[in-house]
Amino acid sequence: MSGPETATSDIVGAAHARLRHDSAVKHVTGDAVYVDDMPPLPGTLEIFPVVSPHAHATIVSVDIAEALRAPGVAGIFGAGDIPGKNDIAPIFSDEPILADGLAEYAGQPVLIVAADTYDLGRDAARLIDIGYEVLDPVLTIDEALEKGQFTYPPHSVVRGDAEGAIEAAPRRVSGEVSCGGQDHFYLESQVALAVPGEDRDITVHASTQHPTEVQRGVAHVLGIEINDVLVEVRRMGGAFGGKETQATGIAALAALAAALTGRPAKLRLRRDDDMIVTGKRHDYRFRYEAGFGEDGRLEGVKIEMATRSGNVADCSSGVMARALCHADNCYYLPHVRFDGLPCKTNTVSATAFRGFGGPQGMLAIETVIEHVAAELGKPVDDIRRINYYGDGGRNVTPYGQTVKDNIIVELTERLMREVDFEGRARAVDDFNAANATLKKGIALMPVKFGISFNLPTLNQGGALVHVYTDGSVHLNHGGTEMGQGLFVKVAQVVASTFQIDIDRIKISSTRTDKVPNTSATAASSGSDINGMAAHIAATEIKQRMARAAADHFGVETGSVEFRANRVYAGNESISFAECAHLAWRARESLSATGFYRTPDISWDAKTMTGSPFYYYTYGACIAEAVIDTLTGESRVLKADILQDVGNSLNPAIDMGQIEGAFVQGMGWLTSEELVWDEDGHLKTHGPSTYKIPGSRDVPPEFNVHILEDAPNMVPTIFRSKAIGEPPLMLAISVWLAIRDAVARTGGRKVFPRLDAPATPEAILMAIEDVRERANQLPSPLTGEG
Amino acid sequence: MTKHHIQTTLNGDEIDVLVEPAQSLLDVLRDELHMTGTKEGCATGDCGACSVTIDGNLVCSCLVLGVEVGGRNIETIEGMANGDQLHPLQDKFIEHVALQCGICTPGLLIAAKHLLEENPDPTEEEVRYGLAGNLCRCTGYQKVVEAVLDAAQVMQK
Ligand code: FES
Ligand code: FES
Repeated sequence: MSGPETATSDIVGAAHARLRHDSAVKHVTGDAVYVDDMPPLPGTLEIFPVVSPHAHATIVSVDIAEALRAPGVAGIFGAGDIPGKNDIAPIFSDEPILADGLAEYAGQPVLIVAADTYDLGRDAARLIDIGYEVLDPVLTIDEALEKGQFTYPPHSVVRGDAEGAIEAAPRRVSGEVSCGGQDHFYLESQVALAVPGEDRDITVHASTQHPTEVQRGVAHVLGIEINDVLVEVRRMGGAFGGKETQATGIAALAALAAALTGRPAKLRLRRDDDMIVTGKRHDYRFRYEAGFGEDGRLEGVKIEMATRSGNVADCSSGVMARALCHADNCYYLPHVRFDGLPCKTNTVSATAFRGFGGPQGMLAIETVIEHVAAELGKPVDDIRRINYYGDGGRNVTPYGQTVKDNIIVELTERLMREVDFEGRARAVDDFNAANATLKKGIALMPVKFGISFNLPTLNQGGALVHVYTDGSVHLNHGGTEMGQGLFVKVAQVVASTFQIDIDRIKISSTRTDKVPNTSATAASSGSDINGMAAHIAATEIKQRMARAAADHFGVETGSVEFRANRVYAGNESISFAECAHLAWRARESLSATGFYRTPDISWDAKTMTGSPFYYYTYGACIAEAVIDTLTGESRVLKADILQDVGNSLNPAIDMGQIEGAFVQGMGWLTSEELVWDEDGHLKTHGPSTYKIPGSRDVPPEFNVHILEDAPNMVPTIFRSKAIGEPPLMLAISVWLAIRDAVARTGGRKVFPRLDAPATPEAILMAIEDVRERANQLPSPLTGEG
Repeated sequence: MTKHHIQTTLNGDEIDVLVEPAQSLLDVLRDELHMTGTKEGCATGDCGACSVTIDGNLVCSCLVLGVEVGGRNIETIEGMANGDQLHPLQDKFIEHVALQCGICTPGLLIAAKHLLEENPDPTEEEVRYGLAGNLCRCTGYQKVVEAVLDAAQVMQK
């Protein structure tokens, strides 16, 4: 199928226009309604979750008798009260919403108390007596590997003979690096309001990226059919992947209370509970080995990629697939073995988070690249350059996809030129020569990110468009709005298709009764699949309207033209509204669904090969950081970004995505540290201990540029590209710059091991390690240590 | 629990409200007065989503008890625009696309307004410090800072 090429703009709010967020005015006046802001319905119950204090324990007794008599309590429910199946697994099975006899992480919900107010529920919960028999928890990757505990059977991406190639290569490095998880810290915590209706109907107002999965989960848990459940999502106060699978359990618990009491029920996790109860980004430990030539060209790379998947599989297999498919980043690797090990641990489920394994995979290969450079004593950017994907066979990924749209060489070279990378690097050298305590580092990070869900099935989108007889338009699609500006982008598409001003188009909330069986708004694919579906629906209606206009004016349908809010037929023209009215009189349907499936993608999950990505989005960032070698503190001084977005549907929105993703990635790699104690309790469960970047932490010089005149090679909607996730990985430049600064403390003689996040502690430890090892090196003058 | 009768001024209007002794001002606003523009991000005074001013002082309404605000002058996001006429800060937040999901926006605007009242012509650094108590997970702050600086220029004219 060939997509629409470009959008013209003699209307207000066409595609490619810089447009504000559709809710911007409501956002600044406080009038935008989030789930927790909805006017309370009479009799609404609030839910207080009772969670396991133990990371691993058998539940031997539950006594709720006294709590049930507490004031305001309408019901207390556990696994045994679930009428359907206690399972909301998105991919596999047996992932309970309430612990059934066995608690598998500290914070796992065991019971819910439904009471008139949250405070009454909490008071009653204090009267509940749950008996636990504490079991030994498995908390680390090593413990899980020792026990052979995985959440699903591990898989690998393999090409050629990595071991043989490493063995045969002139030079070799090996090492280990870890990166931490990350809490989503959406400012709006998880929330759902369930309202029982007639018969066994239930309506759920949820803060979810995946209304269809909530609908399925609720039906499953309540033992009713999917058509009994309606899920509606108007907007979320941030999501970042945290509301992809994690919102389902929250909604199902609210629905359970509503169904069992017959009253509306709301569950809003308070911040600390949200952080303890719900899943986070996967942390990883990488062990790598690489063989390469004297010029730095990689021959064989082997990486063991082990993660704490948490207590259940959740979507870990998808995250791992993406990690495995992004551990090549921009580099051609002839012989590869990437083993993904999803360790089952007694920690909260690791889940989707912007980038979905991609950032972790890239962090691993960038470490390899840097290690190779350090080993050879060559500039790291030379090593990058020599290994970039090229042509002539050097353009096939380890999973077998040919990279056809590669622009990374031009893009990085242009960025380096524009920021005078060489001059800047010299200035950094000069600074370091003159300063003993403060050390600066500078680094480039190239990014190639695959667009589409790895699993082809998920790459489908639906839309529903109505035109009314006054020419106003109602737009609905399967995507959800979490602040990323999807709704305005899709509305721009429809405005362009109909050639009408955007204010004629009503943007409505996502509802499972309007567009069914949708995919999560995830994998950056929101505007690609929903934008195209909406375009297809609008085009269908437009053709019917053209037919009516052609009949009326006695011209060929093909000569009817939609332009500037009018419909032209021969020498005559009518307004879009008149044409809509005309079409209605001619008994044309002014309603259509649109459906889009991403073409040309394939994936074999057994062999982990195929062409899962419709295209790639590219970007690069150069970051400069300074560290204090006495305290370990770091600051990012400057970041310059050049990002490919194809023909942007809305550059203002895309800029926000780039900046926001970068800062979020920076947080992951610098200040956001999740700390568990030896019993498996999360100790960093609020903003006082878990530090996301604030307004002073972002680079004081922060220059973001969108690559101009770079239409997508494949026919996406108006040749745009997905942008939600790719820029997050640009922040790896910050971590690389910090590592560069650390390396300078040892005169760049040894390759520092720096784990992420690069907290002051991590930086200090890395400095110490570097200095120690540098001192042990034979001195170049005396040949002694 | 006995409720306390509080009389206070909210966005210029004299109001009466019954509050529970342990209820925060944030909960009074949201649950009793159904003014939901003020948001809860943490309830521990660390995120700024609940920012309001009391007698011109910037506070986290999650850290103030409802019973403390009798006879005070409280301003929330609902009082920022003058009818349909947006405050210059609101205009600039829209113009600079200084918001995404919007849930931090009311708090940021209240904090920014307070900042400009104290310091009508701040430097970029001063804006960054002035907003340091307000977390935003979406924007990366760049556009927020630009919007506040731009609004400061407009308001001085
Ligand atoms: S809710 Fe008051 S500071 Fe976060
Ligand atoms: S716009 Fe979402 S938290 Fe600031």
